[in-house]
Order: sequence, then C-alpha cells, then structure tokens
Amino acid sequence: MKKWNLVIDVAKCFNCNCCTLAVHDEYSGNSFPGYTEEMPRLGHRWFEIRQREQGEFPVVDVAYLPVTCNHCDEPSCMKGAPEGAINKRADGIVIFDPVHSKGHEELVKSCPYGMIWWNEEKQLPQTWPFDAHLLDQGWKETRASQVCPTGAIRTVHAEDEEMQRRAREEDLQVLHPEFGNKPRIYYKNIDRYFKCFVAGTLEGTLEGTVECIQGARVVLFRDTERIAETESDTFGDFRFRGLEAKGTSYRIEISDPRFASNSVPFTLTKSRYLGAIALEPKA
Amino acid sequence: MSLATTKLSVMLYGLTHALNFQARRFPEFADRLKEKNFTAQIATADKSIGRHYSFRDGRVGSSSGIDPRPDITITVASAEIGARLFVPWVDQLERTEAMKNFQFGADGSDELIVWFTQTVQQMLTLGDEYGMPMADGTRRFVTNTNGGPLFVYVKDGKVVRATPLEFTDEDAPAWTINARGRNFTPPHKTTLSPHGVSAKSALYSPDRLLYPMKRVDFDPHGERNCQNRGVSGYERISWDEALDIVAGEIKRVKTQHGQGAILGNHGSHHMWGNIGYYISAAYKFFNTIGASRVMHNPDSWEGWYWGAMHHFGYSMRLGQVEIYNTVEDCMKECEMMVFWSADPECTNGSYGAFEATVRRQWLKDLKIELVHIDPYYNHTAALLGGKWIAPKPDSDPALALAIAHVWMTEGLYDKKFVAERCIGFEPWRDYVLGKDDGVPKTPEWQEAETGVPAKDVRALARRWGSKKTYLGAGGVGNGHGGACRAANGIQFARALACLMAMQGMGRPGVNYGHLQFGGPIDVRFYFPGYAEGGLSGDIQNTGMPISLYPRMPQLPSYGTSGQKVPRLRIPEAILEGKTEGYPWSGFTIEGQFAKFSYPAPGHSPVKMLYKYGGASIGTMTETNRYVKAYRTDKLEFVVNQSIWFEGEAKFADVLLPACTQFERWDISDVCNAGGYGLHYQTQMNHRVIVLQHKCIEPLGESKSDIRIFTEICSRLGLGTYFCEGMNELDWVKRLFEASDLPKVISWKQFLKKGYYVVPPLEEGARDPVALRWFYEGRKKDVPEASPLPADYSEQFMMGLQTQSGKFEFECSSLKHFDPDDPERPPIFKYRPSWEGPQTKELYERYPLQLISPHSRFSYHTVADGKQCSTNNISEHRVCVDGYYYWVIRVNAQDASARGIKHHDLVKVYNDRGAVVCAAHVTNRLPRGVAHSYESSAVYDPLGEPGNSVDRGGCINNLTSKRSIAAKVLAMAPNSCLVQVELWDGSTTLAGSAGASATADAGREAMPS
Repeated sequence: MKKWNLVIDVAKCFNCNCCTLAVHDEYSGNSFPGYTEEMPRLGHRWFEIRQREQGEFPVVDVAYLPVTCNHCDEPSCMKGAPEGAINKRADGIVIFDPVHSKGHEELVKSCPYGMIWWNEEKQLPQTWPFDAHLLDQGWKETRASQVCPTGAIRTVHAEDEEMQRRAREEDLQVLHPEFGNKPRIYYKNIDRYFKCFVAGTLEGTLEGTVECIQGARVVLFRDTERIAETESDTFGDFRFRGLEAKGTSYRIEISDPRFASNSVPFTLTKSRYLGAIALEPKA
Repeated sequence: MSLATTKLSVMLYGLTHALNFQARRFPEFADRLKEKNFTAQIATADKSIGRHYSFRDGRVGSSSGIDPRPDITITVASAEIGARLFVPWVDQLERTEAMKNFQFGADGSDELIVWFTQTVQQMLTLGDEYGMPMADGTRRFVTNTNGGPLFVYVKDGKVVRATPLEFTDEDAPAWTINARGRNFTPPHKTTLSPHGVSAKSALYSPDRLLYPMKRVDFDPHGERNCQNRGVSGYERISWDEALDIVAGEIKRVKTQHGQGAILGNHGSHHMWGNIGYYISAAYKFFNTIGASRVMHNPDSWEGWYWGAMHHFGYSMRLGQVEIYNTVEDCMKECEMMVFWSADPECTNGSYGAFEATVRRQWLKDLKIELVHIDPYYNHTAALLGGKWIAPKPDSDPALALAIAHVWMTEGLYDKKFVAERCIGFEPWRDYVLGKDDGVPKTPEWQEAETGVPAKDVRALARRWGSKKTYLGAGGVGNGHGGACRAANGIQFARALACLMAMQGMGRPGVNYGHLQFGGPIDVRFYFPGYAEGGLSGDIQNTGMPISLYPRMPQLPSYGTSGQKVPRLRIPEAILEGKTEGYPWSGFTIEGQFAKFSYPAPGHSPVKMLYKYGGASIGTMTETNRYVKAYRTDKLEFVVNQSIWFEGEAKFADVLLPACTQFERWDISDVCNAGGYGLHYQTQMNHRVIVLQHKCIEPLGESKSDIRIFTEICSRLGLGTYFCEGMNELDWVKRLFEASDLPKVISWKQFLKKGYYVVPPLEEGARDPVALRWFYEGRKKDVPEASPLPADYSEQFMMGLQTQSGKFEFECSSLKHFDPDDPERPPIFKYRPSWEGPQTKELYERYPLQLISPHSRFSYHTVADGKQCSTNNISEHRVCVDGYYYWVIRVNAQDASARGIKHHDLVKVYNDRGAVVCAAHVTNRLPRGVAHSYESSAVYDPLGEPGNSVDRGGCINNLTSKRSIAAKVLAMAPNSCLVQVELWDGSTTLAGSAGASATADAGREAMPS
C-alpha cells in the first residue's frame, strides 16, 4: 500500500519557519481526538529548523535542517512503550495516542532525534502526527509542505519500493541512518548541513595592480586522490563543498597561464576559508 | 396622485412588512429588532407624504401620516427623489448628491438614525451565503493580511486553521515566461510570510484587549495623574463609560483649547483591507472629529524620496522608478544581478510574502551571476548564493563612487545614453575623478571607508560594466529600506541612481529590480488599493479624488485643522511645544521642500492624543522620547484604540479594544497599495482580489474600528455622517460594485467563494518594460498616470519629471532649493556618516555599528510578542528563564572579546538607552557590526519607563532621532553606534548621567 513520506531539500530551506508556524497553527488551540491533544502555545516546535553556520567572514555558508518526527519504521520510541501509547499505522504514520501515552514523560528521551516534546500541562509526550487527521479526510499533503515557499518540503505518498527507488535515484538520505530507525523523512542535499567546505580567493598583480584572478583552474586533492576541480570566479573566489573534515588532509593546486602554479596543503577539522592566496608571476 | 407619490407611498408601506418578514426568516434579525423601542418617521419635506414606524419589543408597526413627535425623521425633498433613493439598487452618486444638496437628510437621535438606517440596509444582505462548506464540517472563509491572503477554516465560531490560497482549474491559470529556451511558470497558489502564517496565533493571543479599560488613577473629572502613565494599571469599564469619556474629552478639549488640540495618530499597516483600514475608517474619523495630523516621514523610502527623486523624478512613487514587466525582461536578457542593501527573502517586498521567491530560484537555472552588497550575509544571499560584499554600514556611497570611477576611467558605461538622455554628467565626473577636490574616488580610496578590498570593487565594476545587469536596490528592487534609512541614505540612493543612469536604465537586461516587482499580471483590471481611501471620503490625503471617488461616490471629508506634527518629532511637539518638519508629498518633486512649523499659526498645541495601535516605541527613533512624552500632563488625555495590550497602548488613559480583520468585513486586492505604491500587485504571481469575510464574531467585547468610530461619532451627532447609515458589509459591497469585479463575477458568487483571480496577460499583450521608452527616447508607454501633466517640461509623455526631462546628474531641483547645502548638493558627493567610525569620540565609547532592518518574522509590530507563535522561532526571540528576549546578532570575534556566548543575555546600549537582548553569535557580520531587527512589539522597561533598561527588545530606544539631513525630516536608524556587554541584571541606563553631551554633539545641523 501507499505510505506517507516527506522529502526535504536542505539546499532549498532558508529558515523562513513557515513550516514550524503552520504546524503551530494546526495544533495550537486544536485537539484532534485519536490523533493528538493540542500543542502548547509556547515552547514546542514539532517542526524545528536547526541551523549550521560554517566558515568565517567574508566566506560563510549557512545550512538549515528542518527536523520533525521521522515516523520511523523501526521507531525507538515504541520499544518499551506502554501498550497502545504509540501506534504505527499501516500507512507509515506514527501516532502518540493522546490517551494511552498520558503521563509517560520517559518517552521523551526515547527519540534519538530529540523530536518528542513534553506537554507539562496535559502530561503528554507529543510529536508531529504527520497531519494524519487531515490526510484521513482527503488532504493530499501536509501543512508544512503546503506552506513551504521554496518547495523544500514535499509530501510523498508512495509504495515503499517506489520511495526506495526514488531515494536511490535522487540521492536522498535519512537523518542518522546509523541509528537503524528507518525514518520516513528523507533529505536531499543533506551534505549542505553535515559536510564542510573549503574556500579561498585568488589574487595577483596585473599591470602593477592587485586584481582578483578569475578563471584560474583549482584542483582539489585528498591525499593523492584528485577529487574535484573548479574555476575561480569573477572575484577570484573558489569553493569546494561536501567535504569530510575529520582532520582530513587536502591540497589544492592552482594553475593560471599568467602566474606560477601554486599548491596549498591544508587539513580540515571544520569548514575553512583559506583567505587570499597571492599568485606569483611566472619565473 | 403622481406616479412618484404612489411609488413612494407603496415603498414606505412595504418597508414595515419587509422588516417583519425578514425578522420571521432570520432570528438574528429578529434579535436586532428587539434592541430598540422608538418611533421613526420617513416623510417628504412638505410632509405631504409620510409614514411613521413604531419599533416595540421586536415588532414593527406603521401608520401613514405624520407623527407629531417621532424620535427620528428621515426627510426627502420630494416624492420623486424618495422613490429613487429608497430602492435597493440605488445609484450611489444620486444618493450622495441628494445628501450633499439637502434633498435627503435625517433629524433626531443620531444613534437611532444610525441604528434605523443600518437595520434597513441590513435587510439587503440577510441570508446571503458566504464562505464555502468543507467536507470536515468547517466552513472556508477568506481574509487578507500584510503577509498574504488566507483561507480561514472555521468551526463552531472558532478559527481552526489558516492556510495559503490554493487555486483550482476554475481559476485563471498561471502565466508562463519563456526565457532562454525554457518555460517558467509559478505554482498555482499563493504564499505567506511568517507573520501571515502566525495570524491565527495573534488573533487568539492572550494579550488581546477584550474589554474597554481605564487607567486606575485617571479621573476625567478629577485627578488625571498623567505622570503615572505606563505604571498605574487598568480597570475594566463598560463600553458606554469608555465611549462617554472619550466623546466627553473630545468635546472638552475642543471647547477649552480650540482648533488643532486633538492629535490623531495611527501606525502603519497593522491590519489589511480597504474599508476598515486606517487610510479609510481612521482618516474619516479624524476628519470627522477634527484632529491635527501626524505627518509621516516616507519611512521605507527615505533616501530615494529625499535624494534619488531629484535625479529622475518619480515623485508619485516617492523616488522609486516604474516597475513594469521587468520580470520577463530580466529573465530573458539579464546576465548579472546586484542585490544592494536588498534582502527580499527577509522583508518580502511590500506585503509580497514569498511570491517572488520562486522567481528568484529561477536565477540559478538562468545562470545569472549574483552579487550581494550588505553588511549582513542576508537570507537572500544564503538561499541563492553568489558573491557577498560587506561594506561597513553607511559607507555604500563610497563604494558606488569607486564603481563609477572604474567605469569612467575604463569607458565601461553607456556613453550614448549619458550623452542623449542625461544632463550634468561632466561636473559629477569631475568630482568622481577628483578634478574638483583633488581626491579621485578610486577603489583604493573607498577601501578606507568601506573596508571592501579595492580589487573586489574593480572586479565588480568591470563585470557590471560589461554584462547586462539588474540592480536590485533595497527590499523591493527599486528602493526601500536598508541603507536608505541611514545617515547616508540620501547619498546611497543618489549614488545608485547615478550608477543606473551610467549603464543606460531601460536597456534590455539593464534595469532596477530583483524579480520582486514587475510580474506579468494584469494591472489594468480596476480594483483600488488601500491608499485610494476606502470609505474615508478624504479628498486631501488619499488617492480618493483621483482614483476612487468617481467610482464610489461618498460623502467627502476634510480635516479642518491645518496643524501638522511630524511623526518623528511628536515628543518635541508635546514636551517642548514647538518643532518643524518637511512634508511627505508625492505630487511634485518640490513638494518636499515646503517646511512647516508646529504649532501651526493660530492653532492650539496638542492636548489630547487619539492613538490607533501601539507601535511607536518599537518603530520610531530614539524612542524613550515617546515614552517621556506620554508621562506628562501637557497631554491631558490619551485614548488608545488597540487590538492588543502592548507597546505604547500601556500608556493610555482609556483603552478601546478593536478587533482583527478575522472579525470584521473587508475587501481587498492582495498587495495592492495604490497611491504612492502603484501596482505593487505585480509582486504577486496571481493577482487575487479577496472578499475578507467576517470569519468569526469579535472576541470578548472587542469591536471593529468602524463600529467604535461610529459610536463615538454618534455621541457628537456625527455617526450618520461618519458611516452614511451603512453597515460594514454594505461598504464592502459598494467597493465591489465600484470595481471591475461585477463584470466578471456576481456579488453572490464572490461573497461565497471569497476570491477572484484576475487572468494574467497573454505573452504578446504584456506591459512594456519599465523605462524602455525612456531609453529609446519614445513617448512614455507604461500604465502609470504620473508625472502629472504639468510636470512635463516640453511634450506631454516625453521625458522624465525633472526640469530637463532628462536624468539629471546635477539636479535642477536641488540647485533651486539650496545649491550650497553640504548634505544635499546638486551633484551627489560623499560625506562620512554623522554616526559611525568617523565620529571618533563616540566611536571610542560605542565601537559597534548596529543596523536594524525590518524583521523577518513579524511585520512592524504585527505577530511579534503577545505570545504569538513567532516567539517559538529562535531567530526571532529566545526563551531564557521563561522570558522571550529579542535577538541581536554579534560577530563571533566581537562576542568572544566580550565573553559573550551564543544566546547569552546582553545589554545593548548607548547614551540614548539600553536594551536587553539574547546574543546570536555569528560570522554573517564583519567585526564591528551588529544586527538586530527593529519593530519589537514589546516594550518592557525594568525601571522608570523611558529612563531604564528595556527587556522587551525595542532596539529603536537606541537609534538617533537626528534627521538624515538638516533640510529634510528623515529617519536614520541604520546609523547607530552601540556597545554590547553581558547583562549583569542591572536596570539603570549606563551613561545616562551625562547623557546627551556626546549624543547631542554634532547635532547643530538638526532642524529646530
């Protein structure tokens, strides 16, 4: 049968928080018996945008990661949960039963993604129930994807096989696959959040003046392996994204017919701006 | 007996039965009839025909003939006129003319006249179905906000949810632009800003004012205790008591002090609509009771209005150029886009939500190179990528001069355009090249001012000069916000105007914009914008006489007080009793030169303030001034009509609870500002006109603004004049009928469905591209009726509004006004900011330049604070120990040097005030620059109001009241030096002892 999934494109998320607010609009002040009790006005983010800023002035990169209940196929929260407190529906949606989960604050810690929220007033652990009450009435998508202005969030109703094929073809990832929870929330361009970049700026003296060097070839090596190549832009800037930064050794080689070749070795423990790299005249 | 006599007699007879019949059909109408017991009479002037109606406990009876003592009488001059006016399909022009010409009038209790006429009117709309029933038992209504239109789902009198509009196959389809071999079509729906998505949370905010209130120690007949405003607390009173106090104070102040003693002050844009909006209902009200006018400054335009306008005109757009069809031109022709002080993904244009975002996402597909010039690595840059250039705040004009220098020395500009369509280039060129002052404005020269490497400026200038480039200036692309709201704002806008002239503005692929404005929708379909004045009848200060009056005749209104108070100088007006200003006037370039003084000759100083909303402390400059102005008996009475208990509403003597747009009727065209904001709808991917349904009843005892105004007016005998005896829905219907909508959709259909999508223009029929006519030396061909005919110097529709009809590098208007003004000379020259690194003494004490753009998640003070859902967004407010603090962004090295960690509470301060914020530590700013949004709705002084630390987040406590220049009146919040330190919990102002010695130094240039 068709099941529900979300596909979130990290490259298209720009932290407008319309998803967070639409989820608040749906659940704050409304209870949907059988699905969820109402969300507190303040303090809960059933859809939460996390942000990671990398680099330093003047080269920075900001990535945003919308995180919510992953509606896992192997949900950690269900293991050891009291009977009936959490239900996995046939269509993939995980529902925290607003009656049977009452009082079970310990469930909050069971989510490795930190997306179970404790409602102090109602003594309820709460999560985003995938707008199941709306989908059950015939809605085709979730409030979050409906309101997303960039198309970063999409609701996908598909057979598991089809979803898996799509994940392969579009290089979709899930959050922390190593947890083994089999989330139903997929991410595109997730490297923008988790991986690092290196950038630099090429300058050189032309006709007696320091200028930005455009069009130089910049090749990136990891150890000896050539892994990427780019060209410096109008401002002499170049950037490589999606890099591992676990003390990894890299080297860039810069070539431009007007200047002597240059090689810059560096290690990455986090994203780095190498600053201005002055190219020397050819010997 | 004439036919007319018979007709009128039958009508009057029929009215009795109609009233009783409708009461039998509609219980709510039956209830209404039970509200009053009285006798109404309708008669001809000669009393030859008459009928009197008795309303008794919900039953209506009537008798022919004249009653000797009716409570109210409606009089028509003759049977003929009566027969024409008492039909449901009455011609509004004839009705208005009859009222104006003493052929149709009323006498007796004003309250009863309003009740009677509204009751009769109401019969016409009873039973009309509105909203669409949904399968889940909700009913779907429509409304509109500053952040986009909403579908509003209601069940059992409660708003369940509010979503964007999603269109169906029955609605007009989206447009398609073919560019570079590809077709681009936007989604068939609307978007919402964060504050649009959070509208329901604001509606149901626990901080809603639900009852009229009175300050506990305020007694209008005894001790007023004005000094306690802001501290004394409130008690609930009845509407009657509240309205009696307010009406009584209006009468007292007018009789005791005379013309001008009441000041009417509204905020900008707290709700949306054409009928209940401030430019409609509040304007009519202030004109009706007689109030001095608060003269707003063109707050979002500043530098463009006071500066750029002198180069190219466009006074009717307040110094921003025309916008037509630039989306298609850009997508087809442009090679590079420079966003300069432009963050449309934060500010959403003007009411444009994220409509243009999808279009900007296409920039990548079109391979258009992007540059972002902004001290902050803004949200547009973060989403779209491209080169980030970060000049120090307020130094942008120097950067622009260096670009011009490169173009001049390397020949990278449109010499033909400069020669044929411009004048005054030579003196400016000589200045840029340093021939007149010995200082060539080279990339190296600017580096000292801006901190931007010279090589970057050269690279930018060369690219820009050799590629077809769109300049996305400010939040809407042709101006607005950011650097134009700074000490050098005039210079900034002038500089950018000169750059665009050098590149031949209007050339294919060369224009203003960043795809925010200029979409290919149909702007010729008539529906008014809010600035057209709605029901205001205001023929002075709205677009009414030009745009709406011929379509929607109504009783005109005119403010008789000739007194104006500059909004930025309200505190001085109150506390010092005199001040001066320069006007916001768009009809001509010269309108802004007419300096005015307060008090106006022969007028009383302001003694009573009627405030509408509570935004001043968050949105004006150096706003502890406003707090102090409230706490004085020079203001004898303050009434605030507000939706929420927030901001300066807490300084009123009487609070009148207003409701939101969810709780009243209105009608509007999404994004259509009208007036000076002509054709702002072109931000929309789909032009949508919406019936703003009354989705729910007003919460608590709150009432619509119109109803509050009507009830006050009735106490002055002016209610009938104010509302013309109409209900709000009647006015909505009148506006519907005044528009082009009846040609395409029936009232009943529109009322039910709630929206209409105006079909977009076919590809061949789209508007001409902005400025192309000027570039090519042709007659103006875009659909805007400005400049006014007399402002063409030679041939009508040929050339710009300037004296020469050309782009003027050397401005004729400034030469006439004051050729020796060092702040605004005829050619644009650079002067360092009056508050920045160059003001060394101040900079030593306050070494951080604070910029404060419009907020991303709230709009002015809408959707901030008051326990709105936006509180949950940690980029907006951060919860520390249960309190939601405003955010300030601090460079990581600056933070580290001060021992500040992410989300630590910090005190941001200077001589003008101190605000506690949560620090957001970032590398998105260069060292020495801090960033915090303006417009906090919360003002929460920790000690004496106006003289203590604010932990609500009113960053404008810190900004300078100084005007951009002496001979204008313009705000410069983005020129603000501060210090930031970890907050030690203290509540007193630092440096307040010697306060203003330093802050006031160098202010000799201020007006007044």
